[in-house]
Amino acid sequence: MRILVCVKRVPAPGSRINVTEDGLSVDTAHLGFTTSPHEECALEEAAQLIEEHGGSVCVLTVGPAEAEEQLRYAASVGGTDFSLVLNDTGQDWDPQQTAASIGEAVHQLEAETGIFDLILFGNESADAGGYQVGVRVAVALNRPIVNGIKGIEVEGESLAASREVDGGIEVYSLPTPAVLGIKEGINLPRYPTMKGRLASKKAEIQTTETKVPAGTQRLVRLHRPEEKVTETEVLGDGPEAATKIVDLLDELGVL
Amino acid sequence: MAGRLDRAVESKRGPRVSDFPKEAQCVVIGAGIVGNCLVSHLSEMGWEDIVLLDKGPLPNPGGSTGHASNFIFPVDHSKEIVDLTLESQRQYEEMGLQNTCGGIEVARTQERMEEFKRRMTSAKCWGIHSSLLTPSEVKELVPFVSEDIILGGFYTPSVSAVDSLETGTQMRKKAQEAGHLAVFANTEVLDIETAEGRNKPRVSAVVTDKGRIECETVVVACGVWSPRIAEMAGATIPLTPAVHQMADVGPFDVLVETQQELAYPIVRDMDTFCYERQTAGSMEVGSYAHRPILHRVEDIPSNDEAALSPTEMPFTADDFDQQMEEAIELMEFLGDGEIKYAINGLLSLTPDANPVLGPTVEVENLWSAAAVWIKEGPGVGRLMAEWMTYGYPHVTDPHGADVTRFYPQQRNVHHIEARAEEHFNKTYGIVHPREQWATRRNVTNGPLKARTDALGAFYFEAGGWERPHWYESNADLVEQYDIESREHEWDSRWWTPISDAEHLHMREHAAIVDLSAFQIFEVSGPGVLDYIERMVVNKCDLTVGSSIYTPVLNQSGGFRSDLTILRLATDRFRIITGAFDGGRDEYWFRENLPGDGSVQFENRTNAVCTLGVWGPRSIELLSSLTEDDLSQDAFPYGSHQEVLISGIPTEMFRVSYVGDAGFEVYTPMQHGLALWDAIIEAGSSVKLRPVGAAVYGTSGRLEKGYRLMGSELEDEYTPVESGLARPKVKAADFIGKEAYLAARNEEPCAQLCVLTVEDLTCEAGYRRFPMGAGNEPILTPNGDRIVDAKGRVSRVTTAGNAPSVGQYLLMAYLPSELCEVGTQLQVMYQNEHYPVTVAASGANLALFDPNNERMKA
Repeated sequence: MRILVCVKRVPAPGSRINVTEDGLSVDTAHLGFTTSPHEECALEEAAQLIEEHGGSVCVLTVGPAEAEEQLRYAASVGGTDFSLVLNDTGQDWDPQQTAASIGEAVHQLEAETGIFDLILFGNESADAGGYQVGVRVAVALNRPIVNGIKGIEVEGESLAASREVDGGIEVYSLPTPAVLGIKEGINLPRYPTMKGRLASKKAEIQTTETKVPAGTQRLVRLHRPEEKVTETEVLGDGPEAATKIVDLLDELGVL
Repeated sequence: MAGRLDRAVESKRGPRVSDFPKEAQCVVIGAGIVGNCLVSHLSEMGWEDIVLLDKGPLPNPGGSTGHASNFIFPVDHSKEIVDLTLESQRQYEEMGLQNTCGGIEVARTQERMEEFKRRMTSAKCWGIHSSLLTPSEVKELVPFVSEDIILGGFYTPSVSAVDSLETGTQMRKKAQEAGHLAVFANTEVLDIETAEGRNKPRVSAVVTDKGRIECETVVVACGVWSPRIAEMAGATIPLTPAVHQMADVGPFDVLVETQQELAYPIVRDMDTFCYERQTAGSMEVGSYAHRPILHRVEDIPSNDEAALSPTEMPFTADDFDQQMEEAIELMEFLGDGEIKYAINGLLSLTPDANPVLGPTVEVENLWSAAAVWIKEGPGVGRLMAEWMTYGYPHVTDPHGADVTRFYPQQRNVHHIEARAEEHFNKTYGIVHPREQWATRRNVTNGPLKARTDALGAFYFEAGGWERPHWYESNADLVEQYDIESREHEWDSRWWTPISDAEHLHMREHAAIVDLSAFQIFEVSGPGVLDYIERMVVNKCDLTVGSSIYTPVLNQSGGFRSDLTILRLATDRFRIITGAFDGGRDEYWFRENLPGDGSVQFENRTNAVCTLGVWGPRSIELLSSLTEDDLSQDAFPYGSHQEVLISGIPTEMFRVSYVGDAGFEVYTPMQHGLALWDAIIEAGSSVKLRPVGAAVYGTSGRLEKGYRLMGSELEDEYTPVESGLARPKVKAADFIGKEAYLAARNEEPCAQLCVLTVEDLTCEAGYRRFPMGAGNEPILTPNGDRIVDAKGRVSRVTTAGNAPSVGQYLLMAYLPSELCEVGTQLQVMYQNEHYPVTVAASGANLALFDPNNERMKA
């Protein structure tokens, strides 16, 4: 099986996400970077599929040069080939431009090495959450796509892909080549081993540049909603607190 | 790795507290291992109104304690650190929170095997059972070690792992249950207010996001955040946050099968600066080998902003790759383990790698308790509580960790970062006792630097100052005096035979010593006599022109310092102390100034240049440059006078730390160079040579048996034991007097002695030379450790060649029954024994010119 997994470098935030002063991006001063969780699962699924059926897992990302970190991480957990479409503008491309650049890269990769039986995306990216890129790429490639996938079975030349819906499970049968949007929970992604990490240092990464035009979606600004804070008041410890509790219940009209 | 670190954390904000205190006796900021242990000990020592604050949640507020590896290797070369570590292990054990699993340091190099001999010496000195292992013996204890890549091991069965968070919780609980402590987590300190104090600002309140607490005392126990918190009050705590990388790898069947948290000894792979510590089914691999990664305090994220905790920063995997390869070399199975957790963990590094403890220089009642490892935490908690309660601690003499030890130029971020970068990779390194810093040199120079440079001076750093240790220009003297070189590289590192040649030349002719690094304070004013009498042991009410060499004691009667005082006028004294002690001494003298303005303190170090001129022809030389009478009759030993030397105004002080005739000569800094030039020019007629601090501080001093602060003189010994008690006690009251009187009234159970080494030949057949680094024990003829009735171990405090005596000398405190001259004992050096004999004890320890005829000539 020849599988392509598309991943995105995203910040690994704490509980509070700070926005830069210009309001156009997440402030990453204190943050490390990671791969979107849905995509980690996609990668794990691909690794398991080729362990079972043989084949290769090409991992592709669109992003800054630093996204090499995510490709090497992919190399340490089962990726076999790696492709970086360079975006050195310092800003994420919009979904149209991202999808177009991926489409172009897929054409190029397939021209060199053959058709991918399966292209996996995360259901949505962890930062922008546009839910668009996978669909746009599938449409452009004229291949079937189902999102929200939490199970894949290989059935000869076709695939059975399942997803959870209210009250049940939907199972889709797709011919290959196909595109799937994977959802976290489909598996438990493996951690890299030390050997895997060291081997990943030697992985060859093919970097390409593209001139696909920007799309029409513009980020105006990010807004951090007010934190909803539940005020808790400690009234005291032990028996001494009883009076205060009574007072409070009285105040609330409970007593 | 980094990809697995993300975690959703619900936004936390602490509960509003209706009973937030408005005042407290003491506020401790920081609920890590140090703050928690401190409040418990304070409570035990009678503090009844303590508040403990932390901006993070409990039990893990997010500081370095929360991600510590929590293991303790007790053997260290430093007495102070070992005292704190052993006391900490005692407390962890007492609480039942210590798992004694043993630990092995493994060597991949011959140099490390040599270092293990030094560690065996330290272990013996501190009474810690350790042994050297062959590679196969290591493998017997840790079956998964690749024995073919190691040369041996250093095994300490008492190595342990502890639960630092639970220790903290229980410590808090003890103080809370006693009714002495209120704890407030999720409470951010916004400001520390100060008011006018006795001689400087004093803390008055801590302002938090929950309210303001008026208080008498504040302790900053905030680990990596300490500099920022101290700054709120206007104080400095010199440390920098720095990264220590670690990764949790596993699971491994061989570990899972043990069904134990720690079934195997912890392994330190010393030559790769890494460790491997079992944590149940996994192995934690940690490193001090990666490039130094320093952060500024303001760059540390808040608890909410951090993906994990503020001090568990994103792992930079590239920095760790080499360590992974080396870890796999040592334990092959590690390669197949999954890296489940990996961090750039923050810890605190100070300019000299020691903790920063005690009262801050700048603000009264503001204390620092920072840069402390888990292995020292409970010990530091007790030490700080003792210090705050009794005025000085008993656990150990903390002079190496005292936050006041740093000079102003050592408290800024440039110095802190440069030195931290330099020593980070030495955490598991082999650091020579005489090792010199490479960075931040030539920051503090005396006025003679151009001349001493031209003479090929090799400089050692003394309290930041560049001080000539020897002069290459004296190399010709080595052959002339037939000085022995040292065969073993370790013995000859940071050493030269030139020093002994300089020494002998001084004894035969004359020598000049650059003493620019002397720390000089002057105190004056109507209240000065009462003040100075209260500060020191010996009587200061002497005639103008007199000098006083005197111990300075703590309340407990132990040494805080020893120094020399000159009475310059009825209402003015000059205090002269060493470059290594100036920071602590200045703090102490300033701290004890009367609050009524009747005494002024002035640090004149930067205004006064000091030269030493000594040797049998020194008087002849100096006399040729002045019209004043320098004879003993006109200018007796111990006195000082204003003298014009070649028309340059000086204050001359007839004294000698090297045991020869001559003077210390003080002149205003701007005349220092001219004075040097004048003496050097005239000196050719008496064969004057410049000599370095190796002569001044070691060989000259040692031949006279003079004591040195920090070596012979420590808090745990009294003037009686060190032989510095005078026949009479002055009437005036002074700090430590009560304890001093008590010490005089009892038979000392130990006394300072000088010993000669009878044979320096090592097992390999050549001569070795003990360093006197403080870790070399004196042993009985049977090879047993010697401990006095107060539990103090006999160890070498100073060692060095005495060229004019023709002996290699050691100084050490011995139990009184072993002090008799002629008593035969042994010294341990690099894990071998050498025979020694007691050569002197009591007040006069001089083996050279014991009647001081030369100095009084």
